[in-house]
Amino acid sequence: MKKILMITALGTLMLSCGNNKKEDTNNSIAIDGSSTVYPITEAMAEEYRTEQPDVNITIGVSGTGGGFQKFGRGEVDITNASRPITEEEKAIAAENNIDYLELEVAYDGLAVLVNPENDWVNCITVEELKMIWEPEAQGNITRWNQIRPEWPDEEIHLFGPGVASGTFDYFTEAIVGESGSSRGDFTASEDDNILVQGVAGDKYGLGFFGLAYFEENKDKLKMVAVDGGNGCVKPSVETVSNGTYTPLSRPLFIYVNSSSLQNPMVVDFINFYLDEASDLLDDVGYVPLPEAEYKKQKQNFNEFVERNQGEPAGE
Amino acid sequence: MNNIKKNRWKDQAFKFWGIFCTLLGLVLLAIFIGSIIVDGVQRIDWDFLTSLPSRKADRAGIYTALMGSVWVLVLTTIIALPVGIAAAIYLEEYAKKNRLSSLLEVNISNLAGVPSIIYGLLGLEIFVRIMQMGASVLAGSFTLALLILPIVIVSTREAIKAVPKSIRDASFALGASKWQTVSRQLLPASFGGILTGVILALSRAVGETAPLIVIGALTYVPFAPKSPMDEFSVLPIQIFNWISRPQHGFEVNAAAAIIILLLITFMMNGIAVYFRNKWQRKLK
Repeated sequence: MKKILMITALGTLMLSCGNNKKEDTNNSIAIDGSSTVYPITEAMAEEYRTEQPDVNITIGVSGTGGGFQKFGRGEVDITNASRPITEEEKAIAAENNIDYLELEVAYDGLAVLVNPENDWVNCITVEELKMIWEPEAQGNITRWNQIRPEWPDEEIHLFGPGVASGTFDYFTEAIVGESGSSRGDFTASEDDNILVQGVAGDKYGLGFFGLAYFEENKDKLKMVAVDGGNGCVKPSVETVSNGTYTPLSRPLFIYVNSSSLQNPMVVDFINFYLDEASDLLDDVGYVPLPEAEYKKQKQNFNEFVERNQGEPAGE
Repeated sequence: MNNIKKNRWKDQAFKFWGIFCTLLGLVLLAIFIGSIIVDGVQRIDWDFLTSLPSRKADRAGIYTALMGSVWVLVLTTIIALPVGIAAAIYLEEYAKKNRLSSLLEVNISNLAGVPSIIYGLLGLEIFVRIMQMGASVLAGSFTLALLILPIVIVSTREAIKAVPKSIRDASFALGASKWQTVSRQLLPASFGGILTGVILALSRAVGETAPLIVIGALTYVPFAPKSPMDEFSVLPIQIFNWISRPQHGFEVNAAAAIIILLLITFMMNGIAVYFRNKWQRKLK
């Protein structure tokens, strides 16, 4: 019984010392945000650790929207984002006097995939994709031959990312024209590996998800070229990087809080990020920006640092 | 004659149906555990247990997630145990049987059915923001403690109820007060049962992901928590992250981490069974 009383006392004690903030902010960098960008930032944090083992970088995965919420409250130094910040999110940041900089760190291609047994689709136009995915298609466009008459008279089965993901937002914006606007009768999953399985096991399936998932499952899926007005282009590191694969390639971002620049470690980490990104991206399945673009991002960042610190960034 | 035969046949048919139903669950569980073990067991070694997360599947480990899970388990126990037991004692021994106490009882049963993500939202607002604990181990533990509190209370009440009335009567007859009876007779006699309930509740807590993600538990943490105020990650979050990665090596990692998580759960269930047996012998 005494033990229980002691445990209770201990618990109360812990409760009472519950509101001390982190004391050594200088050695830690807090990052949150998109699960799509997470693997890149994780790779950077891991690599940075070999150079600066004393800096503790922590990364959460609240999603792009959740990350911006915390970023707007000033709770994190950096947030990962798979889409640019929205007006609403900007307003929240402005309300809390948070100045920030957007940096592009990589490209991600969204691939349109079908089953390997599908021998009728090799290339699809953006208009056809729109016809399939727009909200009006729900219940109306249900068979392959409704899209192109020469395609088989079979039901079409659709697979796509869940509505909460940045990938879904991006696809609907690029194809349907309005972010988040889509038919609802498709198999949705936040886990792209489920979508891979879905399309791989369904001759009449069609889905879209990140290029990296195709690269790892080449034997189970067939990639469809997309015609955005300038002929059929298949997504690849090259076509995504040089911008010919449109409109389904997108930049991925990190956002930096200006007040975090007081911490020299944050400045150092971002410089490291922009220097090393192109070498590490292949490991995690994303496409690097052209070299000149990284230089430009770095220049933007250094100007931002100078504006906020009043002195050039220490190398 | 015909009728008897028919009834016997029905009897047999039901028996086999029952056997089938019993085996169904077991076989499914065996297939699940078997495939996980086939996938993951060769990945488990000392390095896997002591390495940090990595972009390369074969270099990645679960050290920080495992330590986070252990911290959360210990703190959740410290918080949920005294609160849950005290509430159960009150309801079972002190509370008068009136409207208020039956209202309390209904609500506690209802709480057990609330989806865990709701507890996460509650924890985010109260512990993380209002009490300013941040996304710390402590905030996570308080949230999980809330989550398992109804289970702890209900099982503790059952354990106290199971103490023979003769013990209680004898204690009162010797002039003991209610508190003396509770602390010296009822609690020692029912402690095995209480622990069983608590440990089973904790086995549930150790597998929770949703409420911890909501309060802001992290995915990449390069250090094990050193104090209750440190940030943390837990095994289920690491598993969830690995399963959704494109590279196949991470699937193997996820399977290996699932094995570790299952081992923890089995060990805890084992401890629960041990206490239950010990306690039953004591009573006889």
